[in-house]
Amino acid sequence: MTNSNLTRRGVLKTGAVTGAGLALPTIFTSRASAFTNEPTGSTVTFGFNVPQTGPYAEEGLDELRAQELAVEHLNGMGDGGMLQTFSSKTLDGTGILGKKVQFVTGDTQTKSDAARAAAKSMIEKDGVVMINGGSSSGVAVAVQGLCQEAGIIFMAGLTHSNDTTGKDRKKNGFRHFFNAYMSGAALAPVLEKAYGTDRRAYHLTADYTWGYTQQESIQASTEALGWQTVNNVLTPVGAGDFSSYITPVLQSGADVLILNHYGGDMVNSLTQAVQFGLRDKQVNGKQFEIVVPLYSELMAEGAGDNIKGVYGSMNWNWQLQDPGTKAFVKSFGERYGRPPSNSAHTCYVQTLLYADAVARAGSFNPCAVAEALEGFEFDGMGNGPTTYRAEDHQCFKDVLVMKGAENPTTKFDVLEVVEVTPRAQVEYAPDHPMFGGAEASLGECNDGA
Amino acid sequence: MFGLNAKDTRFLLIVVFLTLATPILLQPFPESSSLAQFNAGYPDLMQKFAIFGIFAIGFNILFGLTGYLSFGHAAFLGVGSYTVVWMYKLLSYNILPGLVLSIIISALFALVIGFISLRRSGIYFSILTLAFAQMSYNLAYSVLTPITNGETGLQVYTNDPQVLMGANSPTSPHLFGLVMRESVQVDMGGWLFTFNIGYYFCAIIAILAFYISLRIFRSPFGMMLRAIKTNQTRMNYTGLNSRPYTLAAFVISGMYAGLAGGLLAAMDPLAGAERMQWTASGEVVLMTILGGAGTLMGPVLGAGFIKYCENIFSKINDGILHSWFAFLPDGIENFLVTLVHPFVGKGWHLTLGILFMLVVIFLPGGLVEGFQRISRLFRSKRVKDGPRRKDPEHHPKSAPHVAE
Repeated sequence: MTNSNLTRRGVLKTGAVTGAGLALPTIFTSRASAFTNEPTGSTVTFGFNVPQTGPYAEEGLDELRAQELAVEHLNGMGDGGMLQTFSSKTLDGTGILGKKVQFVTGDTQTKSDAARAAAKSMIEKDGVVMINGGSSSGVAVAVQGLCQEAGIIFMAGLTHSNDTTGKDRKKNGFRHFFNAYMSGAALAPVLEKAYGTDRRAYHLTADYTWGYTQQESIQASTEALGWQTVNNVLTPVGAGDFSSYITPVLQSGADVLILNHYGGDMVNSLTQAVQFGLRDKQVNGKQFEIVVPLYSELMAEGAGDNIKGVYGSMNWNWQLQDPGTKAFVKSFGERYGRPPSNSAHTCYVQTLLYADAVARAGSFNPCAVAEALEGFEFDGMGNGPTTYRAEDHQCFKDVLVMKGAENPTTKFDVLEVVEVTPRAQVEYAPDHPMFGGAEASLGECNDGA
Repeated sequence: MFGLNAKDTRFLLIVVFLTLATPILLQPFPESSSLAQFNAGYPDLMQKFAIFGIFAIGFNILFGLTGYLSFGHAAFLGVGSYTVVWMYKLLSYNILPGLVLSIIISALFALVIGFISLRRSGIYFSILTLAFAQMSYNLAYSVLTPITNGETGLQVYTNDPQVLMGANSPTSPHLFGLVMRESVQVDMGGWLFTFNIGYYFCAIIAILAFYISLRIFRSPFGMMLRAIKTNQTRMNYTGLNSRPYTLAAFVISGMYAGLAGGLLAAMDPLAGAERMQWTASGEVVLMTILGGAGTLMGPVLGAGFIKYCENIFSKINDGILHSWFAFLPDGIENFLVTLVHPFVGKGWHLTLGILFMLVVIFLPGGLVEGFQRISRLFRSKRVKDGPRRKDPEHHPKSAPHVAE
């Protein structure tokens, strides 16, 4: 069947041709540039990598709106939004360093692979200098690693896991959003005030990295109050039906249920817990309570009435009354007819922060930008005085403790601000054991040269 | 040449040429033109073309030849990726040990899964493989987090052992110093061509994979597999035990998938659990059917087609649409944008779905059949002799060339 006529001459000939073909590309010289995607024309391109399909598509859409708005404000269109209230005044609405800002978008699909593919195409094809956005910690960590290797700046979007600026921290990556540890630290005093120090907590935790860090953080802060942890049950992501997990809660003798869930999972588990009548029960002589450590507007909307009186935490909320928030809510509302979500806020702020850092550094070189962002203190962005800590590139600012509103008037104010936890209370050491300990390091800055 | 007949050799050479010239062929539009949006000649996408081409070629050895529809091939893809990243973590960034091991480990995996699943055929086989793949996915996603790093994905940390790492070793995947990420850009009068080392590495492996698959198609073994597809019961009645053949085909295609997964991690040092999800298994089925199951070139075409849609169409947003139609009056512009909007950007799945439906309905043989029809159209024009050129005497036809 096989007709092998492999001759020595044939092999040599083919080898030579293949070799020549392979060697061909190397005779050209590459185009010289000082760092990855150095903008040479009159424009500079940002990459907005958000989930446009999949479970967090709504969130991604809101991030995209905010980022478009930020680009308009940078280019001097619209009313300028937070540029008016931002404490740094280097940005004047004429683009960045005289270059007009453009942007390209990608779809992360909330999958690490797809997110990296989208990010790579933006870096390799569209020549972006920074990537902003995203709505999952897994994606954030994956894309952050990619940007580090490629030599551009990554501004993480909604990512709440401790790992993003903990054991997975990178020199080229920055996070404005708060994290699981901060949620725990901010919630604990409020929970103490509302529910006392003698409580028995039962955790339902989403079975993946974010869930683990969230659970670890909230368990540590509640145990510091004197609470006991009865049990921690891992639930599969996207389970839909949580009834089999909720039934054993009452038999366990616990009087608080902590739902370390996010997105659709949280909507389902909370709704089912309320339908099972957990919140009407008396256990150990106390009212049974439910806590949701991380809130978002879209989740609150989805959970409807079930969320009333349930405590949780947020990075920012449009109902705050500082000038920065007001300016942002105004321009976002006028443009899109709805208040921005807290992930939209983070993405908007990060676009401005990046632009400002470039302007202050006088260069798009990622190492110069990273240097300008490290230890940067600013105000007027809706969170009060904020610092980008140099050791782990995490933003430190006040954290909001929220509660499901008893009498919401519109679908946008289903959450109310209970307390603005001051920044000092949520701070931690850069080598905290929950954040990779002493081993975690940012590594070296990479500009791709 | 290479143990092939003249026709196959010509076919192979065409494939080699197309593969090596991909960086030029995929950049048909100059950078400054508005059509540059449709250029696909950037390293990541070209690498994906080659890698998913390998994946689909391997899948086709099982599905195209034996007719066994596996819905679990993504498991091998994931196993390959995890193997390579672990080799980075333990040894060094050299991709060779990882790639070799990824083929071996996925072969072992395929042997186990195949041994169990192949006890059944048809839909039961598909369901069994799907179950195994979903099991692997869930294990990787949460249960085996210490090995796979769960949802975040396995990546290399600075404090990993990396025992073979020298002081000057590259800190990203390389083959004895040839760094996969590096590429040479050539600017030729507005056209920008990127020649990427990683792509050429994948391309050479893809050509090898294609050549091996060609040899399998033409071998007695391949003939046996086709006989199984045609009528397995009859094979059994003649006293032939077909299971070793199907198992061999399953393991070979598992090895292809493992290699593809390994290459994914060789181009980009990260392994995520989503690679094992059922959607990834479904994707390779789509690729094969879209391109043409049972043909040699079909799966590669299908893979390229789907990856192109995923990466190019998904990036067209409203801003770009507006700039395309900007020359029209405002009303018409907005109307057209609203019309096109659902099919691009986040709606790229819709475009892909419609195209898939069209192909399945009108071209059951896949894209390859489309090309065949076109070429027949041209060929038949040349032989316009007589009113009944379509063989009025019904001579027996030779079997169509499988490579066509």
